[in-house]
Amino acid sequence: MNLTLRIWRQAGPDAPGALTTYQVGGISPDMSFLEMLDTLNEELILRGEEPVAFDHDCREGICGACGMVINGQAHGPERTTTCQLHMRHFDDGDTIDVEPWRAAAFPVVRDLVVDRSAFDRVIGSGGYITAPTGSAPEAHATPVPKETADLAFEHAECIGCGACVAACPNGSAMLFTAAKVVHLNLLPQGAPERGNRVRNMVAAMDAEGFGGCTNTGECATACPKGIPLSGIAALNREYLRSLR
Amino acid sequence: MSSYLNYTVGTPIRDTKAPDGPIEGRWDRRRFEAKLVNPANRRKYRVIVVGTGLAGGAAGATLAEQGYHVEQFCFQDSPRRAHSIAAQGGINAAKNYRNDGDSIRRLFYDTVKGGDFRARESGVHRLAEISVEIIDQCVAQGVPFAREYGGLLDTRSFGGVQVSRTFYARGQTGQQLLLGAYQALSRQIAAGNVAMHPRTEMLDLIVVDGRARGIVARDLVTGEITAHLADAVVLATGGYGNVFYLSTNAKNSNATAIWRAHRRGAYFANPCFTQIHPTCIPRSGDHQSKLTLMSESLRNDGRIWVPKAAGDTRAPQDIPEQDRDYYLERIYPSFGNLVPRDIASRAAKVVCDEGRGVGPGGQGVYLDFADAIGRLGRAAVEERYGNLFEMYERITAEDPYRVPMRIYPAIHYTMGGLWVDYDLQTTVPGLFAIGEANFSDHGANRLGASALMQGLADGYFVLPATLPDYLARQDGPPVPADHPAVEEAVADATDRLNLLLAIDGDRTPDSFHRELGELLWDECGMARDEAGLRKALERIPQLRDEFWRRIKVPGAGEQLNQSLEKANRLVDYFELAELMCLDALHRTESCGGHFRTESATPDGEAARMDEEFTYVAAWEFRGSEALGEHGAGGAPVLHREQLTFEYVHPTQRSYT
Repeated sequence: MNLTLRIWRQAGPDAPGALTTYQVGGISPDMSFLEMLDTLNEELILRGEEPVAFDHDCREGICGACGMVINGQAHGPERTTTCQLHMRHFDDGDTIDVEPWRAAAFPVVRDLVVDRSAFDRVIGSGGYITAPTGSAPEAHATPVPKETADLAFEHAECIGCGACVAACPNGSAMLFTAAKVVHLNLLPQGAPERGNRVRNMVAAMDAEGFGGCTNTGECATACPKGIPLSGIAALNREYLRSLR
Repeated sequence: MSSYLNYTVGTPIRDTKAPDGPIEGRWDRRRFEAKLVNPANRRKYRVIVVGTGLAGGAAGATLAEQGYHVEQFCFQDSPRRAHSIAAQGGINAAKNYRNDGDSIRRLFYDTVKGGDFRARESGVHRLAEISVEIIDQCVAQGVPFAREYGGLLDTRSFGGVQVSRTFYARGQTGQQLLLGAYQALSRQIAAGNVAMHPRTEMLDLIVVDGRARGIVARDLVTGEITAHLADAVVLATGGYGNVFYLSTNAKNSNATAIWRAHRRGAYFANPCFTQIHPTCIPRSGDHQSKLTLMSESLRNDGRIWVPKAAGDTRAPQDIPEQDRDYYLERIYPSFGNLVPRDIASRAAKVVCDEGRGVGPGGQGVYLDFADAIGRLGRAAVEERYGNLFEMYERITAEDPYRVPMRIYPAIHYTMGGLWVDYDLQTTVPGLFAIGEANFSDHGANRLGASALMQGLADGYFVLPATLPDYLARQDGPPVPADHPAVEEAVADATDRLNLLLAIDGDRTPDSFHRELGELLWDECGMARDEAGLRKALERIPQLRDEFWRRIKVPGAGEQLNQSLEKANRLVDYFELAELMCLDALHRTESCGGHFRTESATPDGEAARMDEEFTYVAAWEFRGSEALGEHGAGGAPVLHREQLTFEYVHPTQRSYT
C-alpha cells in the first residue's frame, strides 16, 4: 500500500505546530498503525530528519500509552487502541490525518505526545481503597456477588488512554472518572470511602481543567475498552448520594 | 572474538544470608532478627525505587505507608503503564480453596521442580508462604478477581501443576493487580510520601564508598540529566527479554538500569536463563515490531496439534482426526497440553523442524478450541477467553471460534537477572533488586502465573521487611551533591549520549537492534549449541563496533528524543548479549529453558548435569582500559553459588 500521511508536527509545548505531509510506501495490510509509523520514522532518520514522536509501549492494547486522532477519530476507525488498529482497515492511496489528542487538560509535549498526568492526579485524589499492606482480612471473609464483581470489572478495564477526553467536544473526563468511581464504589471493600471518593475525584477532575459533560456520548463510542456510558449516570448518582 | 571467552573463576558465594533450620521457619526467623527503624525516624530515610510495575509499585507504596520517603521513577508517562499490566492469565496462591490437595508445600515443590532444580529452596518456600497473603491484599484493594456465583473467588489451572490455584481477572489479571498497586502508590504520591518522576529514565547507578547512594537519570522530555541521592536504591526495572528485539515485552522495556548496576559492581546471575513462551501469535512479516502473547490459560481448553504428515497444506478443518497429531497429549499424557512452558515450546520447535508446522513459513502450530466449544458451548468459551479471542482476531483477521489459532513460541520472560541474597540485596550494599529484575525463585524455568506472585511478594512483603534492616545499620552523613563519584557518574552518562549524537552514521537504532535480536534468537534462543554460541560471541563484538561507527541519531540531547533513548539502550544490549552467550556456552548442561542440544535425553528432553552445574552462575563485571571507551569490559569473573536441595530431591523432571 502507498499512503499520504498528514501528521501534526510540533517541536514543544509552546512551539507552533502544523500538519506536515509525508508519502509512505510498501505498507503491508498486516502492519499495525504504529508499525506503519515505524516505517516512516526509519525513512525519516535515514534522511536526517527527526522522526515523529509518539507514545507507545505494550503494543497489545492494554498499557494505554498510545493514542492519536486518526482522520478525526480518537484511535481511528476501529474501536480499539491505535496499536491494535491494522492497516487492512485502510485502502491503497488513502490520505490519513494524524493528530495528537486535543484537550485543554492534555497539553502537547511534542508531535503526537501529550501530557496526561491530570489523570494520575484524579486517581490520587480518591481513586483507591485505603488498604495498607499487611492490613487485609482473609480474601473470602467478604463474598462479593458475581454480578457485582463482573460489573466492577467491566469498569475497571479502563486503560487510561484518554480517548474519551479526546473524543469529547467539551474535553470532559467524566467517563474516565466514572470508570474508577463505579469500579470501587460497587465493591464492599470500597464502601467506607464511597462518598469522599466521588466528591474528591470530581473536584480534582474539575480543577484539572477538563470540561463538563453534556451527554454527547462520544466518549463511550471512542473507548477502546467499552466502558459503558451508563457509568456516567452512575457517577452522577454516586455524587448526589454523597451529598445527602 | 569476544574477550569474554577468557573469563576466570573467582571465589564461590558461600553466604546468601538465608537463615538455616527448618524451612518453614526461616522467613519468620529472618524477619525477627532484622533490625527495625523507629517509626519517628523513618521519614529521615530516602529510598529510590526505579520502576512502577508490580514489584516497584508495590514496594514504593508499602515503604511510603511505613513512613519512609520514596523517590520513584518510571520512563512511562504514568506509573500505571508499566509492563506488568500486560500479564494475562493469573496469579498463583496456595489457598487450597478448591480442596484439591494444594498447600504451601506443594506450591513450593511445584516451583522448585518447574524451575528444573536451579532455584534456592529458601526463597521459593518464602514465596509460597507469602502467596496466600497477596490474594488477601489485592482483594482488600478492590482487585476484581473472577468469582463464583456464591461470591467466592474462582481459580483455574496453569501449566506444570495438577491443582487449580491460579486466581484471575479474565485475561487481564496483570492489569488489575497493577492498577491495585498503582492506586496504592497514587495515594502515597498525593499524600506527599512518594515523589514520582514519570518520563524519567535511569542511566547509571551512583556508588559512593562501596554503597549504592543514588542514580543518574534523564528527564525524557527536557533531556536534562541529573543525580538523585538516597540512602538505598531499589531496582524494579523488569527483565531483559527485549535484547531479542522481538519479544512479548513492551517496546520500551529495557536492561539499562540492571546493566549499569552490573557495571558498577552488582553480579549478574544466570543471564542465559530466558523463557520462551509457547503460545504467541506468529510473526506476519519483516515489519513486525513485537510479538503478542496468547495466555497460557488457553491451554486449559485449547488442544495443540499439527498435521501428522510433513508438507500437509490442507486447511485445518479439512484435516480429519486421524491425520492430526495432538503431540503434547501423545507425548505427555498426564499433563497433556498443560506441560510447562519450556517443554511445550521445544515440542513446537521439534514438530516445525520436522516440516509439520503450519501457516506462512511453517512456523506455527494449531491451538484448537473446536472440542471445547462443542463440549461447553460458545458462550462459556467466550466468558473465559473472550478478550483473548478478540485480540487474536484483531491481529490476524482470523476468527478463532471457527478456525484454530496459530501459535508459535516467543521470548517472554527472563529468569536470570541481578544476583540477590535472601534479603533481595545485590552484591553492591544498599542496592536491592526485586521482581523480574532479579534472578530469584524461578530457577531455569518459570511456571505460569508465578511472575505476578513473585513481583508482588517482593514488593509488598519481602523488601519492606528486609530493606529497613539495611537502613537501620547505616549511619554517617548524606552524600553531598558535588561528591566526585556523583559528578563522575553524571559526566559519564552525559558523555555517552553526546557520543551517540555525534557519530551521525547511516544506520538506525532499530536496524541494529533487529540484527542483534535475530542473531540471539538463532544462536541463543530455543536451542543452543557450542558452535552457534561461539559464532554469536564472534559476531556481537563486530556488530557493536559497527554500531559505534554507523549509528545515526537525529535531533539533540536536550529534547524528547526517542531515537536517542533507543540507541542508548542498545549500547547495553550489546554488552548483555555477550554475557548471555558466554553464560549459555559455559553451562554445557540443559536445564529448563536453557537447552543445549549436546545435552539431551534419548527422548529429546533437557538433560541436567547436576554434579557439575547445580549452581547459580553469578558474573562479575571487569572493566578494561585496553578496550577503550566503547568496550564491553574485560573478561568477566564467574562466582558460583552452590545450590543444595534438602526438601525437594532433584530428579529428571517428568510430565509424562
